[in-house]
Amino acid sequence: MLRPVTDTAGAPFWTYAAQGELRVQACADCGELRFPPRPCCPHCQSFTTDWRRMSGQGRVWSYVVAHPPLLPDYAALAPYNVVLVELDEAPRIRLVGNLVAEPGAAIGSLPAERLRIGTRVRVVFDDGLPRWVPERS
Amino acid sequence: MAAGSAGLKDATAVVGIGQTPFAKHLPEDERTLACRAVLAALDDAGIAPGEVDALASYTMEETDEVELAKACGFGDLTFFSKVGFGGGGSCATVAHLAAAVASGQASVGVAWRSRKRGSGPRPWTNTTVQLPTPAQWTRPFGLLRPVDEIAMLARRYLHEYGATRDHLFNVALACRNRAKQNPDAIMYDRPLTREMYMTSRWISEPLCLFDNCLETDGALACVVVSAERARDCRRKPVYVHSTAQSLPAQHHGMVNYWNDDPLTGPAWSAARHLWKHADLTPEDVDVAQIYDAFTPLVLLSLEGYGFCGRGEGGAFTEGGALETGGMLPLNTGGGGLSEAYVHGFNLITEGVKQLRGTSTAQVPGASTCLITAGEGVPTSALLLRS
Repeated sequence: MLRPVTDTAGAPFWTYAAQGELRVQACADCGELRFPPRPCCPHCQSFTTDWRRMSGQGRVWSYVVAHPPLLPDYAALAPYNVVLVELDEAPRIRLVGNLVAEPGAAIGSLPAERLRIGTRVRVVFDDGLPRWVPERS
Repeated sequence: MAAGSAGLKDATAVVGIGQTPFAKHLPEDERTLACRAVLAALDDAGIAPGEVDALASYTMEETDEVELAKACGFGDLTFFSKVGFGGGGSCATVAHLAAAVASGQASVGVAWRSRKRGSGPRPWTNTTVQLPTPAQWTRPFGLLRPVDEIAMLARRYLHEYGATRDHLFNVALACRNRAKQNPDAIMYDRPLTREMYMTSRWISEPLCLFDNCLETDGALACVVVSAERARDCRRKPVYVHSTAQSLPAQHHGMVNYWNDDPLTGPAWSAARHLWKHADLTPEDVDVAQIYDAFTPLVLLSLEGYGFCGRGEGGAFTEGGALETGGMLPLNTGGGGLSEAYVHGFNLITEGVKQLRGTSTAQVPGASTCLITAGEGVPTSALLLRS
């Protein structure tokens, strides 16, 4: 499986994820959240940044179900879903991830018929990667 | 008054087009194919290679200017440019040449694309190239291929607007029907039915096999000169009426997920510029060549370029609107879905054929053609007229 190959701006996201925290880059001057991470704020041009902790709750904005041809590691798990989750705190920040049946379960563990746009989800962490599970209602 | 200050409108013309055969596998290498297409385009124009002084292509093009100029016997080049973002750059190659010629930086420009995407590797399988930013946010989760990235937008599009897979099928069918009239098209003898479409294998749900473009070996080129010079060329001039490039604020190529409105992409801002500098409106367009790496891009582009309102792209395709005799005949050579996928360059040459009156699916009396580059990436567009 592919691991994130990060850059200077993005590295803190993965450091926090490895600690089980979902944090998004924010401007330390004007407070605006931004994603993907970048060197300065597009609103006020400040280079001072914070990493703000998110609740980890959101909703499925869209999703796909991937079928081969795929890279071999992924083909072995196909068909699997990839979801786009809009965060409660910042709806225009949509994180790519996977909706899994339970924490630690493989991608592809959730039956495709359980996927819906609008499903409420919460973040879990698996080997340093954020994953998403359906929120119990 | 200098030509530059008068703007680009009708200041230049496409006077030559050339192409190689299209196939899943061609024996010659990309450089040879590039030379063949370029020399064919110059011959079509009746212009000697030694007169070429400007070049434009894609950053992904692997035959560089030095190799092409040495092999084809060009003169001293005074302008050369390459445009980024894959298929988003197609129309911009012609636009850059038009700007160079209209502003006096060069007199004979050649744009080209040569690609062995049919027999060569799929770019997304090269993970060392694909993994740096922004791939860290997508690839580890299995969003691996361009089709996955666009399927994400397509799913939301279908959900938000009530469009259906039948609307995507209408796009695939129109392209295939035109390919059936074009002996150069890869799918010339391969009809498509609704049943074939609806029962084909998934690639990335909600997109199936027939929502994806072909994988093709081939090369194409065109020649751009001033309108004045064009009158002395071998073929009827096809004028570059308006051009646009577009990278909208806070847009993110392919994965345009991180702004207020991911479903209004670069087509919208390209269109604003294109129409602002044109004497024409969408209603005046006789035929359109719309970039079709994936069928949903056509629905988005129909909206973006103003043929219908937001969310109406699906409904626009109903009732044979994209077929011959319909409201907007689409991709009349078969497009990337059914003629050849060469990063959209065959859409440019097909637009020129329509305005010369030589298309294999000729729209009677066509005098205006919109050509677009990839939607969903920083893009470009051309409005041509005869």
